Amino acid sequence: MNVVAKTETGRALGDAFAAARDRLPGKGKIAEQRREAFEAYERLGLPHRRIEDWKYTDLRALMREVLPLAPAPDAAALGRAADAVKLRAIDGVRRLVLVDGAFAPELSDLGTPEEGLSIRPLREVLDAGDGALSAQAFASDISNPMIALNGAMATDGVVIEIANGAVLAQPLHIVHVASGTAPASTFTRSLLRLGRDTGVTLVESYLAGEGAKAYQTHDGLVVAIGDNARLDHVRLVEDAVDAFNISSATVSLGAHAHFNTFSLTSGGHVSRYQLTITCAGEGSKVETNGVNLINGKQHADTTLFMDHAVPHCASREIFRAVVDDRAHSVFQGRIIVRPDAQKTDAKMMTRALLLSDDAEADNKPELEIFADDVTCGHGATTGALDQSLLFYMRARGLPEKEAQALLIQAFVGEAIETIASDALREVAIAAAQRWLQARA
Amino acid sequence: MSLLEVKDLQVRVEEREILHGLSLNVNPGEVHAIMGPNGSGKSTLSHVIAGKPGYEVTGGQILFRGEDLLEMDPNERAAKGVFLAFQYPVEIPGVTTWNFLHAALNAQRKARGEDEISSPAFLKKVREVAKSLNIPQDMLKRGVNVGFSGGEKKRNEILQMALFEPAVCILDEMDSGLDIDALRIAADGVNALRSPERAMVVITHYQRLLNYIVPDVVHVMSKGRVVKSGGKELALELEESGYAQFEDAA
Repeated sequence: MNVVAKTETGRALGDAFAAARDRLPGKGKIAEQRREAFEAYERLGLPHRRIEDWKYTDLRALMREVLPLAPAPDAAALGRAADAVKLRAIDGVRRLVLVDGAFAPELSDLGTPEEGLSIRPLREVLDAGDGALSAQAFASDISNPMIALNGAMATDGVVIEIANGAVLAQPLHIVHVASGTAPASTFTRSLLRLGRDTGVTLVESYLAGEGAKAYQTHDGLVVAIGDNARLDHVRLVEDAVDAFNISSATVSLGAHAHFNTFSLTSGGHVSRYQLTITCAGEGSKVETNGVNLINGKQHADTTLFMDHAVPHCASREIFRAVVDDRAHSVFQGRIIVRPDAQKTDAKMMTRALLLSDDAEADNKPELEIFADDVTCGHGATTGALDQSLLFYMRARGLPEKEAQALLIQAFVGEAIETIASDALREVAIAAAQRWLQARA
Repeated sequence: MSLLEVKDLQVRVEEREILHGLSLNVNPGEVHAIMGPNGSGKSTLSHVIAGKPGYEVTGGQILFRGEDLLEMDPNERAAKGVFLAFQYPVEIPGVTTWNFLHAALNAQRKARGEDEISSPAFLKKVREVAKSLNIPQDMLKRGVNVGFSGGEKKRNEILQMALFEPAVCILDEMDSGLDIDALRIAADGVNALRSPERAMVVITHYQRLLNYIVPDVVHVMSKGRVVKSGGKELALELEESGYAQFEDAA
């Protein structure tokens, strides 16, 4: 192997990995995979703006270093986490809580699972040496440095399996809570496997406990949706305003499978969500929607890679960003239609609303089409609130911020409306309203 | 005290003076018509009264019940009882008429220190007003003015006027884009709102509207000033002789 000159911070992380290695679950093949992943990460280091994919999100400048691994939560940490979880509790869901990167059974709802549902902490799966499941959870694209790092360092997560034919009425809710009062990193990796003819709703939340400071959340989710199965996915990022959230989701769809996903980011200092979706089975359908609501000096990046590998699949993306103060929103959406993927129907629309002169939104839609019989399109717009609408509303008695709030809600509404569940749509609306109220 | 008093108002838009010392006194219960050719400054006057940004007042005053209106934000003016019915009501996709009216009414009540109106009470009130203006219920569920015809948009303005119960209504070119039937419905709506406490300022290019909304006072504007005031017969006179005679007077 070539000797690569390392920065001071790179060396510190290398030492951290060496020190953490014994704490990381998984032996044999998994341990080997972790080492390979870490070496892949070390070769590249923290991504920077000269790497095309990271042009707008230069982690070397924004994050500077990856912090050491958070300690396992003690009773006080679990207490702070429990309070945070309670504050954002969603009715009627089965809650699965990860505190500082460790599965917390005492905060989770593990009561009799519905038929066909299996939930296990990742650590347990790895310790048990379940080869096939472990391999699937750790199937990583190590060419992406942050996914590689996540694979190398993941301490825990949730492994969810849904047996063929099981359609679950109760949504699952994975809650990530950072409780640490000292800055640290957490690394989690979760796996969701939907068998044939199944259906489930997954909610993911990212929260901070009282006093959690400048932490880094590194999360990875691997999803396999079987033939004729449906996954509804809602993701809410409400991290502390000085926190980092680097998350990746890798999703593959079988034949006639349906994936409806929505992500809302209103928290965190710097966040990057990398979503890779592959239509691997014919007739599958994807709806990917998202909203960024950011202000102050927040930086929120959604990077989507939609891979149409087979014929007769459809994908829709609606993305809305509302950017105030000096915040910076990034949307990169790449759709690839492979040579065999005839009759693909792919459309992407991204719009940004700038609320201040210093706000920035970068929209980068990309279409790469290698098949000739397809319907594909994309559009991107950036603009300010319409002054004539604002005046009309103010002339009817609405104060400026209230008028803005109504227009902002309408702007993000088109994306939020795509959430299939009425109850979860209300949860997303409530998260958007929290942001609007905080700026009023 | 006059309800609305405009004193020697001078207004510029981007270095160009549009109003050169306009004065107007409106008392409770009165209906004033302001007529004048295109470019005489009629719409500018309505915009400045309502507080539209982009106008620079370089001289004069606008008093509402003796208070300086120019010091207030547009929403404060609305809460005090100033209402502008827009010549071109905007479309607001994604904000339902119902939500918008409820939020606006409550904002006005809050500004006046009154209790908020509950959803059921509001619903009842809107339904009554909508019915009297021949506005179908489903229009209230749609985005504000989205997909409305010209007549429907104007009726929606009058619906808001009825709902907010302002003290002064400024109607900016209410007749533009309306056919005769739509005009009659709109005018009936306005007439129903006439009262001894409420004043109206009807801005129009044509005399036609004044057959339906009969004014107490008619003002003729030309080149940024009121050049003549008189009774309702002045409007008929104008219809006969046109505005040309006043071009020189200004």
